[in-house]
Formats: sequence, structure tokens, C-alpha cells
Amino acid sequence: MSNVNKLAGKTITLAHGAGGKAMRELIDEVFVKGFANPELASLEDQARFDLTELVAQGNRLALTTDSYVVDPLFFPGGDIGKLAVTGTVNDLAMSGAVPLYLTCGMILEEGFAIDELIKIVTSMKVTADEAGVKIVTGDTKVVHKGAADKCFINTAGVGVIPAHIQMAATQAQVGDKIIVNGFIGDHGAAIVDARGELALESSILSDCQPLHDLVQTMLKVCPTIHCLRDATRGGVATVLNEFAQSSQVGIKLQQSVIPIRDEVRGMCEILGLDPLYLANEGKLVAVVPPEAAEAVLAAMRLHPAGVNSVMIGEVQAIPKGRVLLNTGFGGERLLDKLVGEQLPRIC
Amino acid sequence: MKFVDEFRDSEKAQVLRQAIHQVARELEPRLARPWQIMEFCGGHTHTIFRYGIEQMLPDCIEMVHGPGCPVCVLPMGRVDDCVTIAENPAVIFTTFGDAMRVPGSQKSLLQARAEGADIRMVYSPMDALSLAKKHPEREVVFFALGFETTMPSTALTVLQAEREGIKNFSLFCNHISTAPTIQAVLDEPDLMLDGFLAPGHVAMVIGLEPFQFIARDYRKPLTITGFEPLDILQALWMLLQQLAENRCSVENQYTRVVQAQGNAAALKAIHQVFETRDFFELRGLGSIDHSGVGMRPEYAAFDAEQKFKVKNLTITDPQDCQCGAVIKGLIKPWECQIFGKRCTPENPMGALMVSSEGACAAYYNHGYGRDAA
Repeated sequence: MSNVNKLAGKTITLAHGAGGKAMRELIDEVFVKGFANPELASLEDQARFDLTELVAQGNRLALTTDSYVVDPLFFPGGDIGKLAVTGTVNDLAMSGAVPLYLTCGMILEEGFAIDELIKIVTSMKVTADEAGVKIVTGDTKVVHKGAADKCFINTAGVGVIPAHIQMAATQAQVGDKIIVNGFIGDHGAAIVDARGELALESSILSDCQPLHDLVQTMLKVCPTIHCLRDATRGGVATVLNEFAQSSQVGIKLQQSVIPIRDEVRGMCEILGLDPLYLANEGKLVAVVPPEAAEAVLAAMRLHPAGVNSVMIGEVQAIPKGRVLLNTGFGGERLLDKLVGEQLPRIC
Repeated sequence: MKFVDEFRDSEKAQVLRQAIHQVARELEPRLARPWQIMEFCGGHTHTIFRYGIEQMLPDCIEMVHGPGCPVCVLPMGRVDDCVTIAENPAVIFTTFGDAMRVPGSQKSLLQARAEGADIRMVYSPMDALSLAKKHPEREVVFFALGFETTMPSTALTVLQAEREGIKNFSLFCNHISTAPTIQAVLDEPDLMLDGFLAPGHVAMVIGLEPFQFIARDYRKPLTITGFEPLDILQALWMLLQQLAENRCSVENQYTRVVQAQGNAAALKAIHQVFETRDFFELRGLGSIDHSGVGMRPEYAAFDAEQKFKVKNLTITDPQDCQCGAVIKGLIKPWECQIFGKRCTPENPMGALMVSSEGACAAYYNHGYGRDAA
């Protein structure tokens, strides 16, 4: 993007969503310049792809969509733009798909600073390049002040799944090992911290990162990984409950080996939150056949997105549909699905 | 993590566990029924479930989860009053997070917020005071609740507001006192409790003296207990020693925090701002004499009950709800007729299902008794 943007220092007005000259200027100056790719620059109403290229890469399309409404827009370790790309890339990647194309729908609040928008678009472009995906079509709407909170983004994504990959939440089997790719709860804790209400001494970085390459590395070692999901809202506990229910198996975790940063633990201790339910934006949970588990783990640890990978538990026959946690203190407890949002305890 | 992991050490836990089982083995032949030990405080309930402590205990010890969760004993009428205040467009209503889900007769604060009331979650009453300074045109009301543990921080916030001359800040005071609440449990005619784990953080404020009547007048031993899992095991072992030796006294396990005389500065602030109410209603327990505190007339300017004419209605709990019997230890949570059926954490009928510290929610969330339900 050129350093001198005509719209620098200006704010979003309703005219930027009205379809006329102002909107065209916003699209050209911010989005076309920012995302910089020929598919978008053609400014047709739709992006068009060559099917033969896609077919060469696999036998199924993966399609997903997600909306991003994070507050604050910028937080330690990321921003809404980075999140909007990684979140959708990761949703594609969890099927084993190679992510290819994203869309970008923006809902902007009247009065939003265009400089901030440029920062967000730049961040989306940097992240998309890292993840090897192109943002090929988009839409912008502007709403009255107060009708939205600054900037909401929706991204949809398309990827291609190689023919031999068949992962699903229904496929966990007794004896399988559970692996996570590092410290859990960082994103959720970073967002609470970034809201500034707690004034903690140390800042916590979001783990926001694309995981498609890590997934491909894992699948090279073991193409028959049974289940894979990224542990976003609801955290690791929620994903494991989904696996346990879909596969009708029990899952047993060992609290003592689950990787949680001291800063995150500390915040959870203060607020009465459970890090197992905190959101992640760069963490996956894999259910791996036991004979391949050590090899998958070793390969993950050699990948930058998996250096701190750990085996945290295993699949057992009972209790069907439930997740148990060995507390490491001598007892065990059920790790249930979250009811509503986690609310800080009074005392 | 320092100052946390030391109190969760599994090897030390095994030593304490064996010591507890040892005492139990020696005494079991003498027992006609299992000992019932009440942990009064919701914080203890939370720890017991989080670490699976009940599974570590011998069969002759039954834990009874008491009424010491201030969110759980909040009566529906008071929640309705909260909603009325919060729905006033001039008000920013501030509250601790876990009070938001407590059902009123019509709706919870969470539902009122969804319908447009300006309700904000805060982490301390001082956050509410900061909001008042930031929004001088609005009245900021803080939903003050809790036992003596949280009273000092609300009292000090009122004193701070007075010093700074802030006029748009008030409390909706629902603080309650520990001793009268325990006494109400002890006066239950069907009571079978043998001893108490008493709330460490309340004792940190009020000291040991207010607990003496339990040992002296009701002949029940008790241990002032900390909140880490090793604290609970050690306190249980101390309590068993008393039971084994037929002693009844107030013993302090939580010596790293609790001093016999309590905290003089905290008590001074409490007494300066609050006075005992003649009676106050607790959900599941009914009206208890002297169990609540209200604001002294000198601080009427900071009293939301004076500023907003709340109805102060008494609304009876749903008939099928057996929260009271659970709180008093007369039945187990899953023996309640609606547990896990019409009353779940998603749709709580009774207060004990609302907060993660409530006995019913704790049992339900941790899987106990659910298959039986």
C-alpha cells in the first residue's frame, strides 16, 4: 500500500457505503490497494476460479464463514484483521483442506477512522500472504453511528481437501491420544487483559496464528488423524466434549500436563475463570491413533506453530459422551460443556 | 506458580488423605451413621468439586454444602428490585459477574441487559466509583452483595465517594452476616450436622470470636479453613481429631491469613457505613433475624434503597424447589424433585443451580448424581 493514502486522517461517513464516488474511492484506496491481487482488482461482482486447478489439488471443496466482532480491535498479539484471516483459514485447515481464497465483508460504523481501517486491511493482507490465501472479493456497508461497534468483519473461505484425508468429529476411537499444539487460553486472556479493566502487570499475547501448515505437517506424518478442531470459543474443553459426544466415547485428560502460561493461570485464579474454557485463536486439538501419536507429536514440535505441543489425554470407552479431568490432586471431575458465558466469581 | 502450587501438592495430599482415613478407620465402629460435615462457604464447595476431594474421603464422611454462596441465597424479590433500578434510564447498574444470571421472578440482570438496560460487569466496587466519576450525568448503582468478605471493600468505596464528594454513586446493599445465617442452620430441628469447615475469608475480617457460639452453645466443632485443596484436607483432618476426642472448639487452620482478632481497619469501615437490619430474607432459608446489613442513615445519600423507591417484595420460591432442604443438609442436591429435570444450569429454577458455587450446579456440572436424575 502506498504510504500516502488520499483518505488518511479522514473518517467513515454514510457516503462511503452509498454506492457512489466516495464508496468507489474507499474501495480503490483501501481495499484494492491493500489486498493487492488481480482477482479483486478486476472489480467484478464475483471472483472466478479455474476448476481444473482446484481439481488437481483434491476431490472436495471446503467452504466456511465466520464473523469477527472483537473488542478492542487491536490487542497484544493481533487485531481484528489478523483474526478475520486466521480464524477462517483455520476453520478450513481443520478439515485437512489447503486454504485458497477468502472473501471480506466489512460493516463499518459511521465515524470510524479510516487510518484504523487501513491498519486492519494491511494486517489482513500480511496474514493472508503468510497463510498463502488471497482475498478475492468483498463488500462494504456503513451503518449509522451506534448501530455497530466501529468495525465488524465477515470472511468466508474456500479450500480444497486432498482425496485421502477423512477427518471427522465422529471418528475418535478407544486408545487414541489427545494432542494440543501449545499453551491454551492465551487469546481469551489477552482480550480480557486488553480491555484494561484489570490493570495487570504483565501483558498477555494472543496466540492468533494460521495453523494450515502445521496441519499439513501433521497429516504428512499421519494421514489418518481421526479428529481435528481449532479450540476457539468455548476452548479446549468444548472441543473435547464435541468429540466425546459425536464419537460416543469417553475422554480422560491429565490436568498436570496441560500447558497453561503462568500469566493466564494467574488471571484465571483472580477472576475465577477456567483456562480450559478460554478462547484460543491458534490452538488445535487432535485425536490421533496411538501408534502414530509420538511421531505426530515430534513433527509438531519441529514446526513453529507447534513447539510446545503436548499429549494431554486419551480416549477411553466410558463414560460415553463425557470428558473427565484427572485433577492431579488425587481426584477427578467431569469437564462439562460451558453454560452461557464464563462469568467472574464474586469471591 | 508460586503461592498456588504449594497448596495443591499431590504428595502432601496423599499424606493428609491417609491421616484422614486412619482416624476414620479407628472411629468407624463407633458411628451409627456417617459424619455430616458442612462446608459453609461457596468458595470451599468450589474447591471441593474442582479437585475431586469428596472422592478422596472415607465413606463415613459426608460433605454437606452450606448456604455460604451469597449469589445463591439472593432472594428473587431483591433481584426484581435490581432489575427495576437497572431499567431506570438514568442509571448505570454495576454488578459482579456471577450475580447477572440469578433469576428474578420475571427476569435476570442478563435478560434485562439484553432488553436494553445499561448493566455493566465490574471486578470491584472501586470500578463502579470510577464509572460514576466518568459519567457525572448518570447515577451509578453498585449491587453490593456478599458476606463480611466483601463488606469492607464496599464500605471503603462509600467512604472514598464521601471524601471525594461524589453525588451520583450509590449502593444497592444486600450484604449479609455469617453468624446469624449459620445459627439459622443450627436451629433447624432435623439437623444432623456434626461439624463445620468455617469460611476463612470471613474470619480474616471478623476474627474468631463471632464463631465461638457454635462450639459453646451448639456443641459443634469447627475449623476456620482456607480455600486451597490442601487447606480443605488439613482442616477436615483437624475436625476429625476434635470429633475423635469429643472436643468442641474453634480451631484455625488458615493461620497464614486469619488472625484471632480479625482485621480492625476492615471492621471499622464496616461499622462506620453499615448497620444490622432487623431481619433479611435469604433464598431457601427464609427471613432470618439480624442476618442482613443496611446503610446507616448518615450514608443515606449513597443508599440506592433511599434514592430509588424499590418495592422490597417477598416472592416465594417455586413450590417444587427444595433449595432450603439442600442448604440445610436435609437432602442431597440430586434428591430434589426437580434437580436435572426442570432445574439445570441452563434454566435454573432454584438459586443453588445458578452460581458455580451453588451446591446443585456444582453437582450437576461435575457429573454427580446426574444419571440418577
